[in-house]
Amino acid sequence: MAEVDDKLKESLIEELERRPETQISLCYQCQKCASGCPIAFASDWLPSQIIRLILLGEAREVLSSRAIWLCVTCAACTARCPMGIDLAQVMDVLRRRAIVEGAAPAATPEAIFNEAFLKSVRQYGRVYEMGMLLRFKMRSGAFLRDVEKLPTMLAKGKIALLPPKGADCAAVREVFERTEKQK
Amino acid sequence: MKYAFFPGCSLDSTARDFRKSTEAVCERLGIELEEIPGWVCCGSSPGHATNSTLAVALPTLNLLKAEPMECDVVTTCAACYSRLRAANEEMAREGDVRQRVDEVIGQPYRGTVRVRHLLDVLVNDLGLDLIRDYVERPLTGLKVAAYYGCLLTRPPKIVAFDDPEHPTALDRLIRAVGAEPVDWPAKVECCGAGLSLTSPDVMRRLAFGILEMAERAGADCVAVACPLCQSNLDLRQRESARAAGRDLTLPVFYFTQLLGLAFGLDPKALGLGKLVVSPRAVLEKVGMPVA
Repeated sequence: MAEVDDKLKESLIEELERRPETQISLCYQCQKCASGCPIAFASDWLPSQIIRLILLGEAREVLSSRAIWLCVTCAACTARCPMGIDLAQVMDVLRRRAIVEGAAPAATPEAIFNEAFLKSVRQYGRVYEMGMLLRFKMRSGAFLRDVEKLPTMLAKGKIALLPPKGADCAAVREVFERTEKQK
Repeated sequence: MKYAFFPGCSLDSTARDFRKSTEAVCERLGIELEEIPGWVCCGSSPGHATNSTLAVALPTLNLLKAEPMECDVVTTCAACYSRLRAANEEMAREGDVRQRVDEVIGQPYRGTVRVRHLLDVLVNDLGLDLIRDYVERPLTGLKVAAYYGCLLTRPPKIVAFDDPEHPTALDRLIRAVGAEPVDWPAKVECCGAGLSLTSPDVMRRLAFGILEMAERAGADCVAVACPLCQSNLDLRQRESARAAGRDLTLPVFYFTQLLGLAFGLDPKALGLGKLVVSPRAVLEKVGMPVA
């Protein structure tokens, strides 16, 4: 059994319990979230187990799980929880924590993708899909994936070759910079 | 009727046909779409998965830009819709997030600009009676699986224009243009979203599950209202079927494309040529001009 990290457990639970819609202590394990979760079949933990793990003090286990990254925030859990727990929001808290605490495995493709996406937004004010995809592929090593789709996408004009124009880039950059300083 | 239009990033790239068909349909209906000047990315999922301040600040920048336009914001992307509405909710309530967002933007915003999805606008502002009046070529005989996906219907507190488990807005719109919406259980199942790039094997199973259900329900095609859903079900249809060891052909239209066809608009103006799974057979079935 993983070592119980009391300090981490307390501040994670504190953070969650602070907002009325993420009070996980209300969970009585009805499993509606687990039943409706589309990615449960591929995951290491069910959403109901994630809640239980946090309450048991197994924060490290949760923050280093695949579950929190496979979660696509479809909010089926949020919509169905009889106690009104916004489990999708809980997952967001966990993802943010995992990055900040360095608990996410380094090669998590979803984390790499998120970073590539936000870098693109920071640079152009909007997502430059082509640029973002290249960055993602380089960082994640998925070079050849989807390469066979490129001819179709180009032929049908389904992807912009040039970066987007027209965004208020200055405002976006300022938001990124100030948010960084806030941390 | 005028709306502040928030297209979102994909509408100028992978979802160009969504933009084309949206603009064509709105023009026909007399809906004026004024694009929000200088609009920026809403942050989508990477935003809220990374930082709670950034996640709300990016959409708030857009809402502040829309404020002087003095009309509702309309968007067609489900993720943008969800993020703009989530930002409204956070900024309307006192708390940590609002405070931090106020700090990074330097201009206060209190959730006052209303955000709508085009589907909601068409069905509830314009109304189905008006839409029916514009139909020149009813899509008679066409069976359509109305696919809503996640962010259009959940979380109910944020989205609020239709039932989260059994929405009907798109079904009713489909019926209004003469087609038949099929009764099927995967209306609000997730297509896998961004997993198409990061964990595609998972997405393939989800996408195939949805397509297979539509096929079993007797649908000739699927109608969607989200750029990512369209991509996962169309661009990635073949690979998803292959992964399940099956063959499947089900065209996936943006709902605005179906509307446009029913209104008698030119298929080229609706971007039908950009669909990967050819809509030819479906169009022939309803006696439509083949693009």
